[in-house]
Amino acid sequence: MNARLLPLAGFLLIAALLGFGIWWSSSHDPRAVPSPLIDKPAPTFALPLLADPDKTLGSADLAGQPYLLNVFASWCFACRDEHPILMREGKRLGIKLVGFNYKDEPDDAQRWLAQYGDPYDVVIADHPGKVAIDFGVTGAPETFLVDGSGVIRYKYISPITPEVIDKELLPRIAAMKGAAR
Amino acid sequence: MVCALLLALATTAFAAVDPLPFKDRAEELRFQTLTKQLRCLVCQNESLNDSAAPLAADLRRDVFEQMRAGKSDDEIKTWLTARYSDFVLYDPPLRGGTWLLWFGPLLVLLGGAAAVFINVRRRAQAAAATPLARAPNDTEDDW
Repeated sequence: MNARLLPLAGFLLIAALLGFGIWWSSSHDPRAVPSPLIDKPAPTFALPLLADPDKTLGSADLAGQPYLLNVFASWCFACRDEHPILMREGKRLGIKLVGFNYKDEPDDAQRWLAQYGDPYDVVIADHPGKVAIDFGVTGAPETFLVDGSGVIRYKYISPITPEVIDKELLPRIAAMKGAAR
Repeated sequence: MVCALLLALATTAFAAVDPLPFKDRAEELRFQTLTKQLRCLVCQNESLNDSAAPLAADLRRDVFEQMRAGKSDDEIKTWLTARYSDFVLYDPPLRGGTWLLWFGPLLVLLGGAAAVFINVRRRAQAAAATPLARAPNDTEDDW
């Protein structure tokens, strides 16, 4: 090879590397922290209900049935994008939808749900954010799919889209129900 | 973007919200050293020590509580990586998935050294072949 082409080859190599980076980050969120909790048991917790803080709901109450844990907050802008999708398509999942109100003022959260609608079967509130840390929550919205034996099967960071429901959630839910039968 | 916003808020709120009740200077220094090695998961280019994100404040609180409970630095790091993966460590451990991270720069350096070595040898051979005439290529190197 002609030695004068060497710098060009070097340039192309670097350009290819940077191009790969652009391509990769268009389909992957570089800020998404990989969860080490996938295929591990969900942390045990018991949190007050948003609607009735005297009552609690915990992992023991949810055991036996798969459920979707959706981390949201009234202060979270992206949750507002996600919300109509949960309203419209949440029922399609066919499993319990648990709202996880994260570091929110109860009044603000209640008002938010009253204003935009409540897609959840039940909403638990984690004001101090302790349980959220056990789940490895980095922000809102985040969504965890937990199976009937209490194992986290899938985690999605950033707002749920219809595509995520079709391609990621529904197949996994179908597999869980198949395995349970 | 979020970080910039939080930072603006932080300059006023940070000092008021966050002071932890260290019992002495040594404990404070240990806490500072440890949290500087940990990465904030919200403002991802900041350490847990610097970040004003609410999650970072929660994690500092938990790290502090665990220090008080007598946990070692390694135990606290294990506790964090069990929840947030190695991402939370600024100093990632050497294992299967991180060998490229650790030895990638060395590979690039070796590649560069090999390129220089080949180039120099080729020029030496070219110079030996035409000992008196200036190689035409050399005019390019006047800079």
